[in-house]
Amino acid sequence: MSHHDHPNAELGPLQIAELPKDKVARFDAALPEILKRYPADHKEAAMLAALRRAQEIFGWLSPAAQRLVADRLGAPVTRAEEVATFYVMYHTRPVGRHVVEVCTNVSCSLAGGYDIFEDLKRKLGVENGGTTGDGRITLRQVECLGSCGTAPAMLVDEEMHEGLTSQSVAKILGALP
Amino acid sequence: MSETLILTKRWAKNDPSLAGYRADGGYRSLDKALGMAPAAIVDEVKASNLRGRGGAGFPTGLKWTFLPKDIRPRYLCINADESEPGTFKDRYICEYDPHQLVEGIAISCFALDIHLAYIYIRGEFAKQARSLETALTEAYEAGLLGPRIGGKADFALDVHVVRGAGAYICGEESALMESVEGKKGYPRFKPPFPAIVGLWGKPTIINNVETLANVPWIIENGAKAFSDLGAGKTGGTRLFGVSGNVKRPGVYEKPAGYNLKKLLLEDCGGTASGRPIKAVIPGGSSSPVLKGDEIDVSLEPDAIKSAGTMSGSGGVIVMDDSVCMVRALARIAMFYAEESCGQCTPCRQGTPWMWKVLEKIERGEGTMADLALIEQLPGNIMGQTICALGDAAAMPVQSFVKKFRQEFVEHIEGHGCRHGETGWGVSRSSREALVGGNRHTPR
Ligand SMILES: Cc1cc2nc3c(=O)[nH]c(=O)nc-3n(C[C@H](O)[C@H](O)[C@H](O)COP(=O)(O)O)c2cc1C
Ligand code: SF4
Ligand code: FES
Repeated sequence: MSHHDHPNAELGPLQIAELPKDKVARFDAALPEILKRYPADHKEAAMLAALRRAQEIFGWLSPAAQRLVADRLGAPVTRAEEVATFYVMYHTRPVGRHVVEVCTNVSCSLAGGYDIFEDLKRKLGVENGGTTGDGRITLRQVECLGSCGTAPAMLVDEEMHEGLTSQSVAKILGALP
Repeated sequence: MSETLILTKRWAKNDPSLAGYRADGGYRSLDKALGMAPAAIVDEVKASNLRGRGGAGFPTGLKWTFLPKDIRPRYLCINADESEPGTFKDRYICEYDPHQLVEGIAISCFALDIHLAYIYIRGEFAKQARSLETALTEAYEAGLLGPRIGGKADFALDVHVVRGAGAYICGEESALMESVEGKKGYPRFKPPFPAIVGLWGKPTIINNVETLANVPWIIENGAKAFSDLGAGKTGGTRLFGVSGNVKRPGVYEKPAGYNLKKLLLEDCGGTASGRPIKAVIPGGSSSPVLKGDEIDVSLEPDAIKSAGTMSGSGGVIVMDDSVCMVRALARIAMFYAEESCGQCTPCRQGTPWMWKVLEKIERGEGTMADLALIEQLPGNIMGQTICALGDAAAMPVQSFVKKFRQEFVEHIEGHGCRHGETGWGVSRSSREALVGGNRHTPR
């Protein structure tokens, strides 16, 4: 059964068995490197890093992906869920192929960050958190990115872009596949 | 004028490599420290008047002495969360001179008998995390870290980078430890303090990146030289990150007692627009705001306290007279509302409430009763919460309303905002004119 058959397709696959086998294998192969950083008796500490890796591999953290991470760390599923929903960089809903996150906090908005975000909403035809109809871009407003001295700033697929102007934003987004 | 630079002296080279750091004398301090008694290193740091650069300004050496004598293991967590709006200094240490931090960590761990350290870096700093990883790999390969630190002492040290995933609260020290343990960032009740019960229940020291990056210089040049650079009870230089309406935004390394007005008018060249400075947030978004005519103050933490504010994390945000104070405050209030972890009722309920009332006033729909409410709400949060985020959310509201009350009244009586369409300054072109301050290195 594909996840489209679920009553609520937004939830994505629910069971580990529904995840693509090759991707699960990739995740399992990546795990030892992550676990190396923590004392052997504190495997659960790897939760953040393991969720990040799972998100990179599966695109977002479906219930099945969260279950997989919990299973491999020997943690309850609720622990994976609670971490996945607490931190804003984890996607517990499907997102576009690219995630564009514009800082609108004070230093950025003083340099035009708010204007950039509003322009993008109009141009892409989405609200905050929305994804374009073609599934290409998810747009989000985010908090201070620690780039206030080179404001305005935005993240595109987790890479920082600074000193933005309307022109440079158009160029960066235009270059996305 | 030749000022002593400790932290930024290598930034302009843009050479974060181990070879480059060594060529400039790097890791000599570690060598020296490994020949000292650990207690003597702690004494040196104590005598240097090094104070925490993460925001609270707590004396570093004193914090170190809180570790219980006989409990092992102990851990070190290095706070690279840098999420307080207006703060952008630690990232450049990680980018341009990561070995300075690594050396500081190695010396500190040797002094404190710590064998495992975690650098907790905010998830959004991907590039900086990579830069730290590279530096750690180089240090391991050179035998500076690992089973015998500095390639000499019979002292093992492991240092790892742990990335956050987007949560301001994880910069708070106890939430940071929860996050390192792989949990959501819920601050813990204090006491017990982390130095007694910390990571995995063990004694843990948490220090900011900039704090520890000073340690090699202190060991090399001595406590007195460091202390002499500063002012009052704060030794050394500090990194001030200036942003907002200034001609030359960026990070400036200055003696701890530097004058704020001098920094803004002389070093940063005044406002980009040429208009008068209306307001300055001197130490990250949680610090009480100063009016443009109140900025002739020393940035030393105790001195600036007498001006009713704090230099916190060194993030200075400047606003010229085209900016709406209600708009700026509403945006700050939104930040704290979004970042509250939700554990304490006053913070969980109070922060979105303040935000909503401020938006209402900004839209011109507020009443004098709303203003009375906004004057009362912060007091119901201050001191009533598990962690200091509650206070951090309350302080800007109290100070903005107190210092710019007339502007709030004008919004209410005039049913609107006179500061242009968005409140972020009268014209869009003036906002865009600020772009291009792509300056990282100090003058
Ligand atoms: C809500 C909140 C956020 C904080 N964020 C940071 C941060 O991003 N970086 C930091 O170094 N300290 C931050 N702190 C301060 C830390 O709790 C802690 O005092 C500091 O890391 C100690 O290091 P220091 O003594 O070297 O400054 C924050 C505190 C609070 C209450
Ligand atoms: S004060 Fe706010 S952020 Fe801190 S623990 Fe309480 S609810 Fe969480
Ligand atoms: S305010 Fe946008 S990066 Fe700090």
